[in-house]
Amino acid sequence: MSRFVPNRRVHREKMLQDIGVEKFEDLLEPVPEKFRLKEKLQIPEPLSEFELTREFEEFASRNTGAELVCFMGAGSYDHFIPAAVDHILLRSEFYTAYTPYQAEVSQGTLQAIFEYQTMIARLTGMEMANACMYDGASAAAEACLMAMRITRKQRVLVAGSLNPRWLDVIRTYLKRDDFEINEIPFLEDGTLDLEIAAELIEGGTAAVLVQYPNYFGFIEDLQPIAELIHEHKGLFIVAADPVALPLLRSPGDAGADIVVGEGQSLGIPMSYGGPYIGFMAARMKLARRMPGRIIGRTTDRAGQIGYVLTLQTREQHIRRDKATSNICSNQALMALANVAYLSLMGERGFREISSQSYHKSHYLEEKLLEIPGVSRVFEKTPFFREFVISFPVSSIELRDRMIEDGILAGLPIVELGEGAMLITVTEKRTRDEIDRYVMTAAEICGGGAS
Amino acid sequence: MKTVFELSSPGRMGVSLPELDVPAASEIPAELSRESGGETGLPEATEGQILRHYLNLSTMNHHVDKGMYPLGSCTMKYNPKLHEDLARIRGLSGIHPLVPDKLAAGSLELMYRLGEFLCEITGFKGVSLQPAAGAQGEFCGIMLIKSYLESRGEPHRNEVLMPDSAHGTNPATSTLADCVVVGVKSNEYGLVDPEDLMRKAGPNTAVFMLTNPNTLGLFESRIEELTSIVHEAGGLNYMDGANMNALLGIAKPGEMGFDVCHLNLHKTFATPHGGGGPGSGPVACTEELARFVPDPVVIREDDGNYRLCRKQDSFGRLLAFQGNTGVLYKAYAYIRTLGAEGLREVSENALINANYLKAKLRDYFDNPFDNGPCMHEFVLSGDRQAKQGVKTLDIAKRLLDYGFHAPTVYFPLIVHEALMIEPTETESLEDIDAFAEAMISIAGEAIEKPYLVTDAPVNTPVLRLDEVKAVKDLCLVEPVDKGEDP
Repeated sequence: MSRFVPNRRVHREKMLQDIGVEKFEDLLEPVPEKFRLKEKLQIPEPLSEFELTREFEEFASRNTGAELVCFMGAGSYDHFIPAAVDHILLRSEFYTAYTPYQAEVSQGTLQAIFEYQTMIARLTGMEMANACMYDGASAAAEACLMAMRITRKQRVLVAGSLNPRWLDVIRTYLKRDDFEINEIPFLEDGTLDLEIAAELIEGGTAAVLVQYPNYFGFIEDLQPIAELIHEHKGLFIVAADPVALPLLRSPGDAGADIVVGEGQSLGIPMSYGGPYIGFMAARMKLARRMPGRIIGRTTDRAGQIGYVLTLQTREQHIRRDKATSNICSNQALMALANVAYLSLMGERGFREISSQSYHKSHYLEEKLLEIPGVSRVFEKTPFFREFVISFPVSSIELRDRMIEDGILAGLPIVELGEGAMLITVTEKRTRDEIDRYVMTAAEICGGGAS
Repeated sequence: MKTVFELSSPGRMGVSLPELDVPAASEIPAELSRESGGETGLPEATEGQILRHYLNLSTMNHHVDKGMYPLGSCTMKYNPKLHEDLARIRGLSGIHPLVPDKLAAGSLELMYRLGEFLCEITGFKGVSLQPAAGAQGEFCGIMLIKSYLESRGEPHRNEVLMPDSAHGTNPATSTLADCVVVGVKSNEYGLVDPEDLMRKAGPNTAVFMLTNPNTLGLFESRIEELTSIVHEAGGLNYMDGANMNALLGIAKPGEMGFDVCHLNLHKTFATPHGGGGPGSGPVACTEELARFVPDPVVIREDDGNYRLCRKQDSFGRLLAFQGNTGVLYKAYAYIRTLGAEGLREVSENALINANYLKAKLRDYFDNPFDNGPCMHEFVLSGDRQAKQGVKTLDIAKRLLDYGFHAPTVYFPLIVHEALMIEPTETESLEDIDAFAEAMISIAGEAIEKPYLVTDAPVNTPVLRLDEVKAVKDLCLVEPVDKGEDP
């Protein structure tokens, strides 16, 4: 007898009687006898609220990684989350509502997501945005499919400096004999090889996708790539990090047609990988070809402003096998987290977050380069929040030893060399923590080099 | 209501941030910097203003904590409060997804055990917890099947059979997976017609996708025959588990001839819908298909440690990381709270509530497939009322005036003026009676005062909204020149 089911025996008996059957089993008449389970499921005995809490606390205590000072990024970031964000998310009115199909009783969700669409469009320099996708990687994959539908071309070029997990997702979504994905290599300075890009981009190219800043943290110059792909009537997709956008030229200004990205940094905890949120913005003329839900503003019978799900004839519940995507449930509550976060941060606060992440990451890089034997993996290039360093010791070993000192040093990228590490510094890291990183790394490198 | 942008006044702050405590680096080169005049356009307001804004917005929502939400196929049950707290424990919510496995031993064990529970509930051997939602679970399932068929030397099989009552995601997923949809007819009882399935199944059949109980809320009684037809034709069987709330501890898809199914944790396992997501759509499958599951999957080593790994034959990856982990935490909590008997209690009462409500409404609405008990939901037709000039859409809107959310309407497509009703097990007899009374009252209004229904809703924050105008005069973002006080 769980605390969630109100029917007790007296209710069940009355209800079964009104249905016109004698016992519950009579309701199972359509289920063939042989498929009706005779035995109880093999599931452990139920736990009370406090027993379950204890079990979860025990699980949490074994997640020792959560105690570390985090310098790891690579698609998931330890940014500060104002307390008010979660207070908004915990409103039953938001989190226990369904998709806003009945608009008249869903104006809260609808307007909040309309505001979210507005903020994403403004940040990216685009004209519109959808109501969100599952995560940045799947949004990137859907953007490629969207570009292929629009251009009726079947080849996509992806920057080799794209997050490899995202590339993996794109390859999975585009796994078809008639689709082709090619990579554009990167140069010694970690940015895209424009000469090779110029050779690879041709009339059959549906789109070029570039990460901005790229996986190694480098800030790509987007405009030349935009010009190249537009010459060949393809679309330019930018996978942008929203935290960088207050400082960087907006993808829209640089010529992007579709901008996607991961919104986890905007008020969502790392939570061991999810739930996150993918955003997707585009030029207005592409709106009708977009996947996912879109909120639009309209009026009611009395002329009052209101919001509805719009352009629904793109979607699976209407267009079925001709839909622009199969997506139905998205990550709406995470869009609310994004819009609450961005509202609280505001114009200046968000720029400050961006700026501190920039300066602090440069401070750490500079300090690390003072350690004998530590070097850059790439030539000096403008970067944002993330960078790759080569240590004179194995980066995996360094990571493991720094864990003992309470520091999550970064993500080893052995493909770039035995000592290569992708390191992230958000605004949350204090000077003390950064200095401690440098000291600990210096000790380990000193030992390793001798 | 005003938008958040209209609250903005330059200089206001909603956060307090520390000063930069390191020396500033040289600035980003001008050609890479945000364009001049390129403010981000974010509002400037205080914490209190922002909180009040979103709180006031929230009050314009119907939600399951406020009242019954009988959306068919959506399983709007109560969301336990403890589970929200548990998923927020810092050790679980504050951990980076790429930490070495031994530093995430708690999350990994929880996920592994959840996978085991889901296998036990469905009768399968393999599981992927990665899919973010039901539709992504479907894509995962079809990709497993395609990989398997390819390994068997039959990559040409590209037809997905499905009944005309299928959820829209089924055909859309088939297209995404580069397959062709082949429709199968339903018979006069609302069940798949085995003879039509026999005609359609053949050398090009990849998979038969079926929701069971189906979207009419009916159990496919001839399920064994259906799945056998497909197996004999060399295809596989996929169960859309959207309606699994009917089957917990009652029957297992894995025993009915299905090879793979997805589950909607945000339906059956009481994780909240969040106004449209996040959900989670794990996929359970047979041993034969398990070797193709997406990267990563949680495994248990011989020494008892848990690890994330990529299976050698994995078809790829669906998300950047391991899945909607925060949702997985809540589903695990739900199963641990209920245990085996509690899970069965869920489905038993979901069935009782649905059948009881169906009986209550029988005399007032057409019920095209009322040939015996339904499972956890049922589909009425508003045909009778439509003939009086009151459409199903009007009935749905009128229900909002009575304080209820509307059922799913105009789905499944095989029922005219469909009203698909799923009360769920967490509604009490009293609440179901109240809903039935509202429906009966509206059926009366449709005859006596139809304008009350066609003018509805009137007791909602806004009146009926103009969807045609929304498409015609597309307004998808707040214009930049608006809402910026000097």
